[in-house]
Amino acid sequence: MSELLEVRDLDLYYGDAQALSGVSLTVREKDVAVIVGSNGAGKSSLIRTVAGIERPRAGSIRFKGVEIAGLPSHQVCELGIGQVAEGRQVFPTMSVEENLQMGGLLKRARARMKAGLREAYDMFPRLEERKRQAAGTLSGGEQQMLAIARALMGRPELLMFDEPSLGLAPSVVQEMFQIIRRLNQGGITVVLVEQNVAASLKLAREAYVLENGSIVLSGSGAELLADDRVRKAYLGL
Amino acid sequence: MSDLYLNAAVGGALTGLVYGLMALGLSVIFGVVRVVNFAHGEMMTGAMYGAILLAQAFKLDPLVAMAPIAIGMFLLGYGLQRGLVNSFVQRPEHTQFMLMVAVAIILTNSQLIAFGPNARNVQVDYALDSYQFGALIIDKVRIFAAIAALAVSGALFAFFRFTLTGRAIRACADNYLGAQVVGLNVKHLYGLTFGIGAACLGAAGCLLLLLLDVTPLQGPSYTLLAFIIVIVGGMGSLTGALLSGLLVGVSEALAGVAFDPSAKSMFTFALLILVLLFRPQGLLGRRP
Repeated sequence: MSELLEVRDLDLYYGDAQALSGVSLTVREKDVAVIVGSNGAGKSSLIRTVAGIERPRAGSIRFKGVEIAGLPSHQVCELGIGQVAEGRQVFPTMSVEENLQMGGLLKRARARMKAGLREAYDMFPRLEERKRQAAGTLSGGEQQMLAIARALMGRPELLMFDEPSLGLAPSVVQEMFQIIRRLNQGGITVVLVEQNVAASLKLAREAYVLENGSIVLSGSGAELLADDRVRKAYLGL
Repeated sequence: MSDLYLNAAVGGALTGLVYGLMALGLSVIFGVVRVVNFAHGEMMTGAMYGAILLAQAFKLDPLVAMAPIAIGMFLLGYGLQRGLVNSFVQRPEHTQFMLMVAVAIILTNSQLIAFGPNARNVQVDYALDSYQFGALIIDKVRIFAAIAALAVSGALFAFFRFTLTGRAIRACADNYLGAQVVGLNVKHLYGLTFGIGAACLGAAGCLLLLLLDVTPLQGPSYTLLAFIIVIVGGMGSLTGALLSGLLVGVSEALAGVAFDPSAKSMFTFALLILVLLFRPQGLLGRRP
């Protein structure tokens, strides 16, 4: 399987504060890559930089062999990188259906907007029941479904999840991981950033531990699950 | 006596709808781009001079000139946003304020250089016609202007509600990060927004030209008027801007009859103060 996303020596600063230093990672096609780490380790910064929301100071990000570091977010999305952002980031005053349409406006997906809506509603029937309702009135779990469905409207090849389980009820968290697994089986490459280390490492083919803006450990999900340092620091074992 | 008040109120309401359209432009730009256009009145004055030039050169009625002027203003607005304002969007408000005031001063003085200090207007041949409904006598120009203002406002509402581009602009206002996350081209949409706000102004300027003279130094008073209307109506509420434009029009007209035409601003400010005291979020605004 070939490499879909390749990050090399990425440095990101917020003003003078360094958020990422020399981060390198590789995501192969149809893999699930998991990035774990504590609060403030730089996980979200990494996702945001790949998505084109932050501009790195140095380093390279290649997607399907094309350099994308520094491209604006709409161009990154247009290449097939979707994102389910931390805190869901739905459009609260707009209806569920309008939210979904916003995800399908990319040139790569626009012509298939109708079909996309149908697929989204088939996948999440609850969203169809509430399609006229303002997104801000949905429950947290429903908003997370909406954020995922909205990202799928853009027909991404690579989908990045930033803390999808944050603030959700335990039963919904289980459902969330099942959805991610199903999407991956459907052919979408997944990058998953999570604090729920045990559940996400079980999904991972490739896993990275990020601490203070640097990758300190990497390996397969199973290897990391068995690693003493990971078990001590993140699983409390 | 009551006929006099009725006539003034109805005439004021019709003028007020045009004020409302002018304020809609300000509201749209502020609601989405979060930059206050302190050059609002000056930009509208420029559009009014544009309509005068079209009337002189091609005998274009301002109602017809509305279309080319609105398109021209749209392009200028888009260019202004992409070329100048965009790099100030993330900066502190006082920096944005200075930028827009600088634009306003440049506009006022270029208009002064180009057109001289004297008041100018456009004479349409139906300027003195009127319709009579019982005791109510309404100027033809005022009716035309109000209908046109309502039509343009209606088109604007429909655009934001029903078109994908309009919804995308609302999405940027609703959640900036969310808009970036789904891959909306925010800079382009901001440009469109500024262009649309400027086009509203262009249309409103042409309509006001049917009712009033234009002078190069009138800009600031219209900027102020637009602010008052937006605040009274509620920040970010489009229907609020239209409603409050109507109220301001009526209050100006009644003040003119009951006291003196020069007292009209006093009543407008009183309206503003009352709203700030008793309903600070504006008539149709949401509480932050």
